[in-house]
Amino acid sequence: MKPAQQSKGAAIDLESVSKAYGGFKALDGVSLRIEPGEFMTLLGPSGSGKTTTLNVVAGFTDLTSGKLLVGGKNVVGVPAHKRNIGVVFQHYALFPHMSVGRNVAYPLTLRGVDQATRQARVARALDMVKMGDFAHRYPSELSGGQQQRVALARAIVFDPPLLLMDEPLGALDKKLREWLQLEIKRIHRELGTTFVYVTHDQEEALVLSDRIAVFNRGRIEQVGTGRQLYDEPATLFVGRFIGDSTVLRGEARSDGTSTALTIAGETVTASTRINGDARPVMLLRPEKLAIRRPGQSAADGANRLSGTIAEAIYLGSESKYEVKLADGSAAIVRSPLTGESFGLGEPVELCFHGADAKLLADDSTADTTLT
Amino acid sequence: MSASELPTQPAADVRPGRAWRPFALTAPALILLVAVIGYPLFTIVLRSLSEPEWGVQNYVWFFGAPINLTVLQRTFTISAWVTIVCVICAYPYAYLMTAVGPRVRLVLVLCVLIPFWVSGVVRTLSWVILLQDSGVINSLLRLAGFDGIRLIRTQTGVVIGMAQVLLPFMILPLYSVMKGIDLRLMRAAQSLGARPSRAFFTVYLPLSLPGVYAGAIIVFILALGFYITPALLGGPRSTMLSTLVQTQVLSLLQWGRGGAMGVVLLVTTFVLLALAAPVMRSRYREAGRR
Amino acid sequence: MEIKPLTRVILGLVCLLVAIWLVAPTLVVVPMSFNENKSLAFPPQGFSWQWYQNFFTNPDWSSSFLNSLKVASVVAVLATVLGTLAAFGLDRMKAGSANLLRMLMLTPMVVPGVVLAIGIYAVYLDTHLVGTLLGFVLAHTILALPFVLIAVSASLEVFDRRLETAAASLGAGALTAFRTVTLPLILPGILSGLLFAFATSFDEIVVSLFITNPYLKTLPVQIFSSITRDADPTVAAVGTILLFATTILIGGGMLLLGRERKGRQ
Repeated sequence: MKPAQQSKGAAIDLESVSKAYGGFKALDGVSLRIEPGEFMTLLGPSGSGKTTTLNVVAGFTDLTSGKLLVGGKNVVGVPAHKRNIGVVFQHYALFPHMSVGRNVAYPLTLRGVDQATRQARVARALDMVKMGDFAHRYPSELSGGQQQRVALARAIVFDPPLLLMDEPLGALDKKLREWLQLEIKRIHRELGTTFVYVTHDQEEALVLSDRIAVFNRGRIEQVGTGRQLYDEPATLFVGRFIGDSTVLRGEARSDGTSTALTIAGETVTASTRINGDARPVMLLRPEKLAIRRPGQSAADGANRLSGTIAEAIYLGSESKYEVKLADGSAAIVRSPLTGESFGLGEPVELCFHGADAKLLADDSTADTTLT
Repeated sequence: MSASELPTQPAADVRPGRAWRPFALTAPALILLVAVIGYPLFTIVLRSLSEPEWGVQNYVWFFGAPINLTVLQRTFTISAWVTIVCVICAYPYAYLMTAVGPRVRLVLVLCVLIPFWVSGVVRTLSWVILLQDSGVINSLLRLAGFDGIRLIRTQTGVVIGMAQVLLPFMILPLYSVMKGIDLRLMRAAQSLGARPSRAFFTVYLPLSLPGVYAGAIIVFILALGFYITPALLGGPRSTMLSTLVQTQVLSLLQWGRGGAMGVVLLVTTFVLLALAAPVMRSRYREAGRR
Repeated sequence: MEIKPLTRVILGLVCLLVAIWLVAPTLVVVPMSFNENKSLAFPPQGFSWQWYQNFFTNPDWSSSFLNSLKVASVVAVLATVLGTLAAFGLDRMKAGSANLLRMLMLTPMVVPGVVLAIGIYAVYLDTHLVGTLLGFVLAHTILALPFVLIAVSASLEVFDRRLETAAASLGAGALTAFRTVTLPLILPGILSGLLFAFATSFDEIVVSLFITNPYLKTLPVQIFSSITRDADPTVAAVGTILLFATTILIGGGMLLLGRERKGRQ
């Protein structure tokens, strides 16, 4: 997705950045490099530090310790208005006493751009967000989606090498959000500037980003492409936060190459092991699990777990089942509509290949921070 | 009431045939209003045109006598000064009220409300105590080695006293507007390249202007009709229109002339209100709110 | 918005001065009320309770105080009833006529005091209401009405009319719904209207100065004539008593309110 030759965007380097409010560590040694022209999403639950990171980069918040370079230059201590970084806010932040045109012209006026150039650039920015006909309207006369597009035009009109967006679509409904996601992607391609996008919505992150940094409790858990995060989660938190997942916990025994987990009397094995002393758990994606009626034959070498159907949800293109296991935990299974269908309360068996199970260190906080 | 009443007792009251009900509820207040405000004001207008004989002679007299015009002009000047002093003092105060924590805000609000706790007349007495030649301010000045200054029975004294009485009427509307200004807009302005002072003048100030207008209009109109403070703090050279009205009616028994003055004051007030109404309804008044 | 330290200090200082300016005149009467001499010159000399004694024993002062209490109490009730009824009427009217009537009913707030005073005086002279309790009550009621209207209208504005529909759906008739749902929710507005009405009447001076006579004075009129006649520190004593009475009332009210809020949480 990343355009081939990029020179317009600025790189960002965060080096062990910390931010403390009294005793509370909002950021705890965050290090992250964002490449020029990259679309980087900071993803995490509320209070995980993603917005604080954005505010530190924008200059709204001072950092307690660490280094911050934008475009190779140290910007610690540089006030927000001198950083030349575009910011789009969740709450639009359009000036209600100025027309759309004057809102977009505002950063140019501050930079002493002459009137003719200003008008041309305002028109171009508004055209880019498809709001060219609204220059004389006032923000209060626009819908939320329109306001956010104007805010976007205002943030890019002065050609900042870096654009920060703080949950810009958070206040909009689903359909509009999906459409604007595509618009933002298009604008990123056309501009070639670096985009840093904050969201708590993992689907949005997957749609938009070149890379995603997953935040949890003031730290970065993992940085990678959406595919890497889904297929190879580094921590249980990332595995649970990105996509649906089933977590199996049980008594673990590990030999040299594989790990066996005993759950309420049944044993399943994964063909990997983890290092360290942490208790291993298995993470399974819904499409890697299959449901069988008890006694039905399954593929060779497959693990089996018995349970009962607790919930069956019809999703149009597929069905989603929640299966209650013997130890009381729940497993999420997706199965195509072409397959068999199961009724509530029906006893079933879950099958999966040992190679499909991700073995991760247990982290009891992964569950609580998600809810 | 029983459930069987429900079909005949809908909560909505907009049924045809019941439209007179709201008017019936307002009727007692309206009758009293007409009797105790409407009729007296009508009487004053009538007397200004009919005493001692029918005609506009009282208005001709009012606008023909230089002393009256001087007082009229002074009334406007003093009111304008009071308004300016109030705006200058109220703006930072109201701003601070929005910027501090709840405890300090409570103290600031109390400071605004405390003047209301004690009778208005007593408050004017306090100003006499403070401003008189042997008063608090002059005593303190002399203690510090300065010469005393004349404050009582001067326009300065009247402005100081009136502005203090009217300041809450400036602070409160200003605060309610400022409280509604989304401070995140300032952050947005800074991200677009505005230094804090520039952000203040291009964003915060314009958004707070409706509050300034509202407060200034209220203060100016109330100041125009002030009677007690100028009467007690002022001297012959700081007489305002209200005092002149009182003198004509109570001392000289000139109902026509006093009435004409009163009508001038009344009309001025309503004209100002009418002029202010569209400004206060400016388009972004409700915008910029959280 | 982050403020620079220097700006912050200047802002704080300016506001401190404004706060002193607001509060000082309220407090300056307290030391003056204990003056030994019959003078309002500063600083006061010695210490004595004589002006407080004078307030309670001199019939001029005590009767005017009682008159004010009587008038203000009647006005508070009358204005609250009329104002609350009117607020309900306006709330249930079409916006156009409601706005017009509301503006009309708020006029007493903006009509210059002296103009209103000479008008009422003229009418009272003809109807022999000068120097009567009825005269005071009528005039003060109309002056207090706008405050009740504003307070009650404000609570009606935030009152969710659908609650009445909900009450009706649960079987409450119109009157029952009003008594059990509407009234309790707008009661704070009505009570603050009542308080404002009382304070307005108790403090009213301009109209009172015109419709008073030597036989019936209210407290502000007595204070005013005392100030203009001589430098009698009894005025300072009255001011101090009023200050303390209001402080206790408001302080108690705030405590009660705070407790009630805590109780609801």
